[in-house]
Order: sequence, then C-alpha cells, then structure tokens
Amino acid sequence: MDYPEISFEDRMSTVDFQVSRRAHIEVDSEICNSCTTRECVHACPANLFVPTTDGGILFNYEQCFECGTCYLLCNKQGAISWTYPDGGDGVTFRKG
Amino acid sequence: MSEHAGPAATTAQATEKATTFDVVVVGAGPAGSAAALELARRGHHVALVERGAFPGAKNVYGGVIYGRILDELIPNWWEEAPIERWVTRRQTMLMTPTQSLTVDFRTENWGKPPYNGATAHRAKFDAWLASKAEEAGAELITSTVVTGLLTENGRIVGVRTDRPDGDLRARIVIACDGVNSFLAKQAGMYPDGQVHHTTLGVKETLALPRETIEERFGVSGTDGVDIELVGGTRGIAGGGFLYTNLDSVSVGVVLSLTELGKAKVRPEELIADLKRHPAIAPLVKGGELIEYAAHLIPEGGYNTMPKLTGDGILVTGDAAAMCLAAGIWLEGVNFAIGSGMYAGRAAAEALSKNTTDLSGYERMLHESFVLADHRKLKGAPELLLGDRVQNKYPAMICDLVENLFQVTNPAPKPGLRKLFRRGAKQHGIRLRDLAKDAITGFRAYG
Ligand SMILES: Cc1cc2nc3c(=O)[nH]c(=O)nc-3n(C[C@H](O)[C@H](O)[C@H](O)COP(=O)(O)OP(=O)(O)OC[C@H]3O[C@@H](n4cnc5c(N)ncnc54)[C@H](O)[C@@H]3O)c2cc1C
Ligand code: SF4
Ligand code: SF4
Repeated sequence: MDYPEISFEDRMSTVDFQVSRRAHIEVDSEICNSCTTRECVHACPANLFVPTTDGGILFNYEQCFECGTCYLLCNKQGAISWTYPDGGDGVTFRKG
Repeated sequence: MSEHAGPAATTAQATEKATTFDVVVVGAGPAGSAAALELARRGHHVALVERGAFPGAKNVYGGVIYGRILDELIPNWWEEAPIERWVTRRQTMLMTPTQSLTVDFRTENWGKPPYNGATAHRAKFDAWLASKAEEAGAELITSTVVTGLLTENGRIVGVRTDRPDGDLRARIVIACDGVNSFLAKQAGMYPDGQVHHTTLGVKETLALPRETIEERFGVSGTDGVDIELVGGTRGIAGGGFLYTNLDSVSVGVVLSLTELGKAKVRPEELIADLKRHPAIAPLVKGGELIEYAAHLIPEGGYNTMPKLTGDGILVTGDAAAMCLAAGIWLEGVNFAIGSGMYAGRAAAEALSKNTTDLSGYERMLHESFVLADHRKLKGAPELLLGDRVQNKYPAMICDLVENLFQVTNPAPKPGLRKLFRRGAKQHGIRLRDLAKDAITGFRAYG
C-alpha cells in the first residue's frame, strides 16, 4: 500500500521551535574534514548535518530536537560543542 | 565555568548571593514532579526547575503510562489524569519486511479502575503531574536551565541556573534531568560508554478520526491498543511501536545509536518502512502527520546505572538509566515516578533527621520494583539487542508459521520438527545458540 511520503521540510514544520540567537550547538567543519564515518549525517533525526562539497559539514542548529544523538555518536574530539539552549528556547513538543 | 548546560559544564564554587531551598529538584519530568510532590507534601521548601517553557515541553515517549505506582502517589489518579485511552488490547508483533506474526491479548479488566496502562501525551501528562507538586507547595521555575552544580568543600550545595543571579542553594539536589543527565556526569557519577546502551526513539503522531481508530483497532469508547514491534528495522537493533490515542496514533522506531550511525539510513525512512508494512499500513492509512519528534532512551538497565547517591545529590529516572526497555516492555515513566517518589522521601527523611546521609534512597529502591525489576532483568538488554533475537528469530519464526499454515498437498504436510530444523538452518541459527539464548531468556525473564 502506498503511503504519501512528505518532504522533510513539511515534517519539521509540524514541530514548534523558539529559535534563540545563540547557536546552542556548534560544529567545527575543519575537524569534520578528516572524519570518515560521518555518523551524524544519517543519525540526526532533524537532519541538521549536511556534507559540503569541500568535505566539511554544514550545520544548522535552529530546528534541533536537543536529543543528544550527535554528541554521543561523534567520535572526533572537539568537533561538536554541545549545550542545551537557554531556558524556554528551542524545541517545544505539543504532543510528546 | 561554562554558563550553559552540556557535556563540558563544570562545577562552581557557591557564592553568598543565592535563594535558599531545602531541596532543588532539576527537571520537571515524571521523576522530578514526583520528587517535588513528596517533599512539598512533607512541608519542605522545594524548587522544581525545568528548562522547557512548561513541564513536558521537551519530553517525548512512545505513549503508554503504567499506573500502579501512581496509586501510591495520587490516589484515584485516573479520575483526573489527562488520559487519551485505556489500553485493553496489547499486541506483540514479530515482523520481517513481508511477514508478521502477532500475539494479540485483550482484557476487559484493564478498562476499569484501577486500570493497567493508558496512552497520554507528555505535554499534558507532565504538566498535570507538575501541577500536583505545585498545589502541594513546590515552587515550579520554568524556562530555566540548570547549568551546573554548586559545591562547597567538595559537597554539593545547590545549582547554578542561566537566570541572572540564578544560584539556588539547597541542602540536597535531586537530579531528574533525564537521559543526558549533565548533572550526574558533572558530579562524576556516570560510567563511560553511554553511547553503547542508548537508543534513539523517533516518533510520528498521525491524526485519524476517532471512529476510524475504533473501527481499525477494534475498540470502542476510550479503550485503546498498544502494539510492540520486533524486527522491521532493517537489521538495526531496536524495535517499533504503534499506540492509539483518542484521535491520533503514535508510530515510531527505537534504534541502537551505534548501529544507526553505521547503517547509512535515516530514522524517518525506517518509520516510513513501518507505515508501508502490510500489517501496519491498513492501520495508519490516511493519517495526517501532526508531530514528528525524537528523544534518547537509556536502555542498558541495571549494569549501566550511574552511582545513585552522592554527597548532597540523588539521581533518578532516566538520569539514572532506570528505563526498563526489554523488548516486550518499554517502561520508563513508572520507573521515573517510583524513583522520584523514593528520592523525595529519602531527602525528606534526611532533612527531618538533620543528617547528610542519603542512603535511605537506595534502600527504598532495592525494596521496591524500581531496582528489583532492573536487577531481575539485568541480562535482558544484552540478549534482546543481539543479532539473533533482533533479526534471525523473527524471520525464522515467521517462516516457520508460514510453512506450518501453508497447505502443501498433494505433497504431505511436513512435520513440525522438520520445519523447525529447516528454518533454523535456513536462517543460519545453530540449535546450540538457540538453546543458549532460551536459557539466558528464561534466566533473564524468569
Ligand atoms: C520514543 C520513546 C518511547 C518511550 N515509550 C515509553 C512508553 O510507552 N512508556 C513509558 O513508560 N516510557 C516510555 N519511554 C521512556 C520514558 O519516556 C522515560 O523513561 C521517562 O520520560 C523518564 O522520565 P524522567 O522524569 O526521568 O526524565 P524526562 O521525562 O526526560 O524528564 C527530564 C526533564 O528534565 C528537564 N531538564 C533536563 N536537563 C535540565 C537542566 N539542565 N535544567 C532544567 N531542566 C532540565 C527536561 O526538560 C525534562 O523535562 C519512551 C521513551 C522514548 C524516547
Ligand atoms: S560532527 Fe563528528 S561525526 Fe559528524 S562529520 Fe563532524 S566529526 Fe564526523
Ligand atoms: S541534538 Fe539531536 S536533533 Fe539536535 S543536532 Fe544533535 S542529533 Fe540533531
């Protein structure tokens, strides 16, 4: 049976975000350059890690679930500086 | 010191300027609210600090809350808790991409007080439980991140928050900050290797009309269904679930982090797989996606728990890896409520006796289901996340049943023993391993 798959953008638009000005997660593209596993790219449920043509990683913190998957999986010391967003900012689940 | 909560956060020296409480509870999930409620009821001055705009805002789960522990905390909770449906039908489904075998159980007993399990949304449930703590006198402080522990002479004496002048002093800190627990990590209580026993849960909530749900799932009124799925995750250790809410269903997958990282497949594709599966598609067809969500689950159980008590600190719930995830079970909320409640009691005991001895907490946990269940099932996570149970057995059992039910005449029916041997061989299962797993299974679950 066919299921109409929705675009990732539409998928993320079902979630509320109070985007803060501070990037609560930062990724050092230089370090990612020498990363061969790229586990973050597939595992991040919000699809926030995008490989660039020059071998780095483009990272966008804005629609982050704050789950912790990326910092736990990334095996390159220092590639990810991870924190929770400031109080009240970030994702809000209406169902959960 | 880091001014944000994360893996790199460090402890800070306490300063004079700070609001003082008897106890600061960090995180208003089920564990935190239960702890704060117990303390407030006993007349203690307790702060319940939550980083979300409201309790539940940051929280995600599959969708079933088991009520027995609530009886002790809030008698007749079912008359007021924000429940969607009472689970009266429970299924476990073994699946391969094209097959499924379901054990289907239903009972009227679970549809009346005191009720066994209920589906609920965390945004509502967590907010409700926190409101009980507030009514009892706890001070709920939302939109506030606890960024680190305050120490004095090596002892924990409160927390720092991201509010200006946001230090909160307390005789005891209860860490109810969930699966990433930066507080337990900062206090040096966490063992290494978290990534190896943590799973990622990803879920879609799909809106469906109430009547459609009743028809498809064969329930009426506020009765509901809980389906646990084994297999069907393209070989990634984990599983899936499908639960009914009042006018939506929750469908999701639970995936071993390390295997997901290597699998080169994205989590939402695995949910799409499930939704296309011949056994699931008719149930979710036409459902409109109303929320996509993800959260980590500590699945390692007893052997992976951190230290539970320290000098001035107690660790509860997911922060202490107390989620029971053993294939046919996915229960964390009841363990969080239980451990939070006992932490609150132990803290109250220590305060009233004016001691710093918090060992009452572990004693209460060992005497109750919280650690008894975990101790008993400590072998289960390893067995269940192994390749045979995850992949080979579901496929072998589905084939076995397919062959058993397939009418083969004019060839005579094959004997069960023969089918069994053939199936095991076909799926590369040595009978020796099967026997070994069966024994481990009986030990783990017995
Ligand atoms: C996909 C999925 C399916 C699941 N299915 C089920 C199920 O069907 N039934 C079941 O019983 N369990 C289920 N669980 C497990 C259950 O969700 C957890 O075990 C339970 O939520 C643990 O409760 P807790 O209070 O310990 O932690 P949480 O519910 O995670 O609460 C922690 C709280 O602390 C707050 N916090 C964290 N850090 C800070 C900080 N530094 N400062 C301030 N606040 C902070 C968070 O915002 C959060 O509110 C599931 C989990 C997942 C992810
Ligand atoms: S974030 Fe980590 S896992 Fe991802 S590409 Fe960079 S180094 Fe590799
Ligand atoms: S915390 Fe989770 S959602 Fe956010 S970037 Fe990391 S993996 Fe993605």
